[in-house]
Amino acid sequence: MAKQIFKRPEALTEHIFHYCPGCGHSIIHRLIAEVIDELGIREKTVGVPPAGCAVLAYNYLDVDMGEAPHGRAMAVATGIKRARPHLVVFTYQGDGDIAAIGTAESVHAANRGERLTAIFVNNGVYGMTGGQMAPTTLVGQTTTTTPGGRLPLRDGFPLDLSQMLAVAAGSVYIERTSVTSPKHVLKTKKAIKKAFQMQMDDLGFALVEILSQCPTNWKLSPIEACRRVEDEVMKSYPLGVIKDTTQTSN
Amino acid sequence: MAKQLMCGSHVIAEAATRAGCRFYAGYPITPQNELPEYMSRRFAQIEDATFVQAESELAAINMVMGASMAGVRAMTSSSSPGISLKQEGISYIAGMELPAVVVNIMRGGPGLGNIAPTQQDYFQATKGGGHGGYHTIVFAPHSGQELVTLTMKAFDLADAYRTPIILLGDGLMGQMMEPVIFPDPIDPATLPQKDWALDGARGRDSRLVASLHLDPVEMEEFNWKLARKYDAICERETEHESYLLDDAVVGVVAFGTAARIAKGAVKRLRESGLKAGLFRPITLWPFPAKALRTLTRTIKHLLVFEMNFGQMVEDVKVSVGETATVHFHGRPGGVVSTPHEIAGVITKLMYRYNLAK
Repeated sequence: MAKQIFKRPEALTEHIFHYCPGCGHSIIHRLIAEVIDELGIREKTVGVPPAGCAVLAYNYLDVDMGEAPHGRAMAVATGIKRARPHLVVFTYQGDGDIAAIGTAESVHAANRGERLTAIFVNNGVYGMTGGQMAPTTLVGQTTTTTPGGRLPLRDGFPLDLSQMLAVAAGSVYIERTSVTSPKHVLKTKKAIKKAFQMQMDDLGFALVEILSQCPTNWKLSPIEACRRVEDEVMKSYPLGVIKDTTQTSN
Repeated sequence: MAKQLMCGSHVIAEAATRAGCRFYAGYPITPQNELPEYMSRRFAQIEDATFVQAESELAAINMVMGASMAGVRAMTSSSSPGISLKQEGISYIAGMELPAVVVNIMRGGPGLGNIAPTQQDYFQATKGGGHGGYHTIVFAPHSGQELVTLTMKAFDLADAYRTPIILLGDGLMGQMMEPVIFPDPIDPATLPQKDWALDGARGRDSRLVASLHLDPVEMEEFNWKLARKYDAICERETEHESYLLDDAVVGVVAFGTAARIAKGAVKRLRESGLKAGLFRPITLWPFPAKALRTLTRTIKHLLVFEMNFGQMVEDVKVSVGETATVHFHGRPGGVVSTPHEIAGVITKLMYRYNLAK
């Protein structure tokens, strides 16, 4: 008798991803769905997708989903979680969403120790709008709004939101990972699972920042884009646990 | 229940609690701070109620959006500049067809303005202050007791029509103390189930609350759906009060605090035999256009009195067309007219048009 060793997670719908070839979003969506399955929380999870490429996350994740205005995911999620504390609530946000237009919401949700799980996808550009400079764009990086490269004293320095949120006393777990290789994908899944578990244990605010690749806007092939994350992006945004108040090994 | 002497902001807060509101988020701004302060005390006594002092007006309205998505009756409050900041959220709430109650205790503007009572946000409230061409029901209470009834009704209508509702008061309505009687509180558990709320896909398909419609045809369809909803609201929910209008020769048209002042003026004129009356829109949107037009069968001079330099007067003119002459008296900036001042304006009008018989 054949043994099934791989299947679509229950929390993932049969919709075909609309994302560009090589984009990290589809990997991350799947990881979230796997974690939701493994934790057995599909029937009590509510997701808050952002404005941007991942706005359509609700087509792929088979859980209750409530859209948020650009940058406001943490406030919307706070409302859902506070109104129905038994739910498991996560936000899915890009760098522009979480670290530019939504900085205040992010800092204060972390500071209040909201029992939320934030999935922060950092690809260094505004993807959906065509590749403009994001708060996380690297110094010197060319985008459609930094044609000569990002110049810090003109365009600002790359913002490290995860470090900022680690300073907030209400955050309990923050880790930066990537999805450039199977090894990193597995580490990311572990981190996502932990960030959900932290919420279920009622400990405080948890966030996983995932360095992701945007081959389309970076104008690189998928392989080159992954290499860029490993060779360049990780230098500015080193991987690892940024904060873990439970101090368990990850 | 016995009468209680309370300021308007406290009345709204207590009425909301009794209407089953269980989520409040707000940000400090004068002249409405008594409202969140009361909420923080009151909700501390109720196990399943949540008060959040948000980091911003934006966060507050978006928290309300989230709580409403989760199926809980939710409210936020602010004053003019803060309400401007909430407009993005109000547009989304309208677009997602979520119920929510938004209280605006208006102050002077534009800009930072001042903290005195005005009616300078009529346009913003009634014409859709945010983007996308939506409407909100707008209630304009003019007394403490009406704050009770309209606040409670706001939650019912918000749920029934799945729409944001604005309770439009001003600094005077918020601060004024009046005796009020509250009805018995509603137990939220007894309210109708919301078959769209995000409470976990247990034994059912997963749900989505969103305002995104990428396909223009789908977006158009949704807009027409909204339009039909707004037609139904206009048909069923338009409210006004007629005060001493039956034999009046001049009808004052005023809402909220201005109407309260105008009532005093009308009373005064009646005592000296001058036939003035008051038409008071209780819903500013939908505007009681039909009733106002009917009124012009007998009253040919309307005096619109507002605490701004002329906003509702546009709706009055559109409502009555050529059937009556529309006059205007306004005091913007937070200056509060006395009944004496308004009585003077009406009297002058009567003499100018030879109506004072």
